Amino acid sequence: MKLTVNGTEHEVDVEPDMPLLWVLREELGYTGVKYGCGVAQCGACTVHIDGEAQRSCQVAAADVWGPVTTIEGLGTPQALHAVQEAWIEHQVAQCGYCQSGQIMQAAALLSYAPDPTDQDIDDAMGGNLCRCGTYTRIRAAVKTAAAKLQEA
Amino acid sequence: MSRIGKIARRSFLVGSVAVAGGVAFGIWRYRTPYANPLQDDLPEGAAALTPYVKIDAEGVTLITPRADKGQGAYHVQAALIAEELDIELDQIAVDPGPPSAAYWNGALAEEAAEFMVPSDGMVRGMAEGVVNASMKFIGLQMTGGSTTVPDAYLKLRQAGASARETLKLAAAQETGLDVGELRTEGGAVILPDSTALPYTRLAAAAAGLDPVQDAEIKDPADWRILGKPMQRLDIVAKSTGTQDYGIDMQVEGMVHATVLLNPHQGGALNGFDASEAEAMRGVKAVVPITGGVGVVADNTWRAIQAARAVQADWGPSPMPATMEEHWKALSDSFTPEAQDSRKRDDGNVEAARNGAELVEAEYRAPYLAHAPLEPINAIVRIDEDGAEVWTGTQVPRFVQQNVAKIAGLDPDQVTVHVLMIGGSFGHRLEDEVVKQAAEIAVQMKGTPVKLTYSREEDMMHDFPRQIAMARLRGTVRDGRVDSLDLGIAMPSVMGSQMSRQGLSVPGPDSQIVAGAWEQPFAIPNQRVTGYRAPDLAPISSWRSVGASSNGFFYNAALDELIHAAGADPLEERLRLCDDPLARAVLEAVGDMSGWSGPLGDGKGRGVALTRSFGVHTAEVVEVTNTDRGIRIDKVWVAAEVGRVLDPVNFENLVQGGVIFGLGHAMNCEITYSDGIAEQDNFYSFEGMRQFQAPQIEVRGLENGDHVRGIGEPPVPPAAPALAGAIFAATGTRLREMPFNKFVDFA
Repeated sequence: MKLTVNGTEHEVDVEPDMPLLWVLREELGYTGVKYGCGVAQCGACTVHIDGEAQRSCQVAAADVWGPVTTIEGLGTPQALHAVQEAWIEHQVAQCGYCQSGQIMQAAALLSYAPDPTDQDIDDAMGGNLCRCGTYTRIRAAVKTAAAKLQEA
Repeated sequence: MSRIGKIARRSFLVGSVAVAGGVAFGIWRYRTPYANPLQDDLPEGAAALTPYVKIDAEGVTLITPRADKGQGAYHVQAALIAEELDIELDQIAVDPGPPSAAYWNGALAEEAAEFMVPSDGMVRGMAEGVVNASMKFIGLQMTGGSTTVPDAYLKLRQAGASARETLKLAAAQETGLDVGELRTEGGAVILPDSTALPYTRLAAAAAGLDPVQDAEIKDPADWRILGKPMQRLDIVAKSTGTQDYGIDMQVEGMVHATVLLNPHQGGALNGFDASEAEAMRGVKAVVPITGGVGVVADNTWRAIQAARAVQADWGPSPMPATMEEHWKALSDSFTPEAQDSRKRDDGNVEAARNGAELVEAEYRAPYLAHAPLEPINAIVRIDEDGAEVWTGTQVPRFVQQNVAKIAGLDPDQVTVHVLMIGGSFGHRLEDEVVKQAAEIAVQMKGTPVKLTYSREEDMMHDFPRQIAMARLRGTVRDGRVDSLDLGIAMPSVMGSQMSRQGLSVPGPDSQIVAGAWEQPFAIPNQRVTGYRAPDLAPISSWRSVGASSNGFFYNAALDELIHAAGADPLEERLRLCDDPLARAVLEAVGDMSGWSGPLGDGKGRGVALTRSFGVHTAEVVEVTNTDRGIRIDKVWVAAEVGRVLDPVNFENLVQGGVIFGLGHAMNCEITYSDGIAEQDNFYSFEGMRQFQAPQIEVRGLENGDHVRGIGEPPVPPAAPALAGAIFAATGTRLREMPFNKFVDFA
């Protein structure tokens, strides 16, 4: 089957029910996408499909309905996305393992709520678990990213 | 070739050793019996440079034995070296060194000693000697107990200063100039005419010199990097998905494995039928391992799917079948026979009870999984003449020994690569995952086996935090707390943890009363007794260890007595406080929160202070009782750490510790039925989420003489401060965690 990831088309030979998460991580090498729970409880595997945040552990390979963007496609160390800039500015990460998913979720939030309220942030980010407890900084970084995107 | 100067006043010396193309500087501990981890062919006595900084044509590299599990251990160690070496943070690379007994963690030994003996100088000194000797015997290269900063604070700066002065000496010899005319900046020695001689060029010459032993370390007032906001070295990688963790590691030719373990914790594998699993796509092998089955495939998901198709015959768990029996084992342990320690016995608690109204209460703390977000994993390759391991671990020395044993090799034939860890909270002090990967790998020699746990296996076989129970008997007199008699019963964490390494821990387990017996409150009659319950579920160190339950017990008990006395929780703590450092943190949170007694309007505040790992941490929690339940609005924290080396990371670790403490107190427990953990994923072990997270204001105090780590100390006061706040807001006194058994959270 064919998958478009970060603008590149890939042909993969996997079971139709292999979750997109594992196709991305182990068949295609996009290891920025993380396995945390496998049951849509932690959000570490969040990617964009057609611009919307999705838990890639819950999307079967055969059901992927549009182009996929992973953290690697959002921005790079040399060309950061505004959300990543904000994450660096606030030094959000501790272990960092959940942050790919947090950043992808936040980027999707800002695409439909460019000036999010605290309630918007609570609603959108509530499914993304951070075991290190960086929530205070995540909230601040989302607001900074919103301001950056509005200036741009 | 190596050089060690004459023995100096300090307990350690700076040594140097020539390495390919350059020089390495490190700490050489006097009397250490261990061989240099860098080079095996050193002359006798020229051993043990640890941790050390290597300078060669490539640049400056810090070789550190410490694990980084998110706390910024690599970063802070690099900052300590960079400060003295006069290089910028981005000029230093960090490399986790090979496992070696020479990486002995002195600070952890001191911490252990502190809680194992009375604070009597003479006895204490002797006991510390004994503890240190046994720690050395174990060869304890361990990251834990918030010890990275205390252990490295002086050693790394001294190594950096010595390297800097020795490089200047090399430059002086090359140029014929006087050392006094030279200065250092940006990774180079600067001549009076502003010519810069890079360290990378001087390194080889410096290797031939005796390292300067009396190099002065900088006055903190002159620090360029330390104590100031700085960007963590890993922050860009961790914000762009480019940080590789153990789970992302790939080795040429590797296969993907997972395990199906006996869900009855500790039970045996009696037999299994893998015919269905073996027929599944990509499955390469299904092999027996200790207590379970290893499933090997060409993809982790395929291995996990196949593991679910294995039919296994499981033996029973040795632990009690019901939670009632676990709790009964604790409640039956408050006996003279089970007494483990009585480290505090001030005044006379029994006499104080005469004629006074007795305040009695019982408190409980449940088993808790560590559940870091990265499921545990390891890669092991074994062949006839050696083994290689790639994993995130806090105990690389144990890993090396255990893999050697399974592979039938000598430990020095086992190379361990320590990788970045996606959270630990103590989970990576266990190395079962490596042993299991080795058990699989030894059955397919030459092939690197990458073992990744499913979340379910990880949570069900997490060696959890201890279950614990405490009993209070106390009295008040004339509006003051007059006596506090606290008994604490739990199984031994240290005993359980070390038993998995084939080690026994003699004597009392200090963790049974840690966070309770040594608190800075001069209650006239005060007694803290530890009772050692029998082994139940296998347990392990969980962020702040004994203090994670005992900080709750002690503060909750104190609150109960303060309430009986009709006093204010903060004012009475201040009145009782007999330690100026502790008083300062209490005053700080009072000031930050504008503490002024009851709030009314369904709002409430609680305060708690715990001394743990040498750090006094005070927290004030404010809640509102809403129609949807308790909402945690704000937390104020003050902690005394001697020096705040990295203020941004400090704030982040404190905020995270508070959320860790609050989240588990709100809604987490692991319960067992027939030895099977009844929670296997985050839907039943949730912790705190974004919409529940309070604002957290942090202040680091620097009044003390000792530099302390901050990874663990913010955890213990969080739960009791929350319980106090809920009591103030609702009148409901919470004596058992998790609190959502008794109140709802919004």
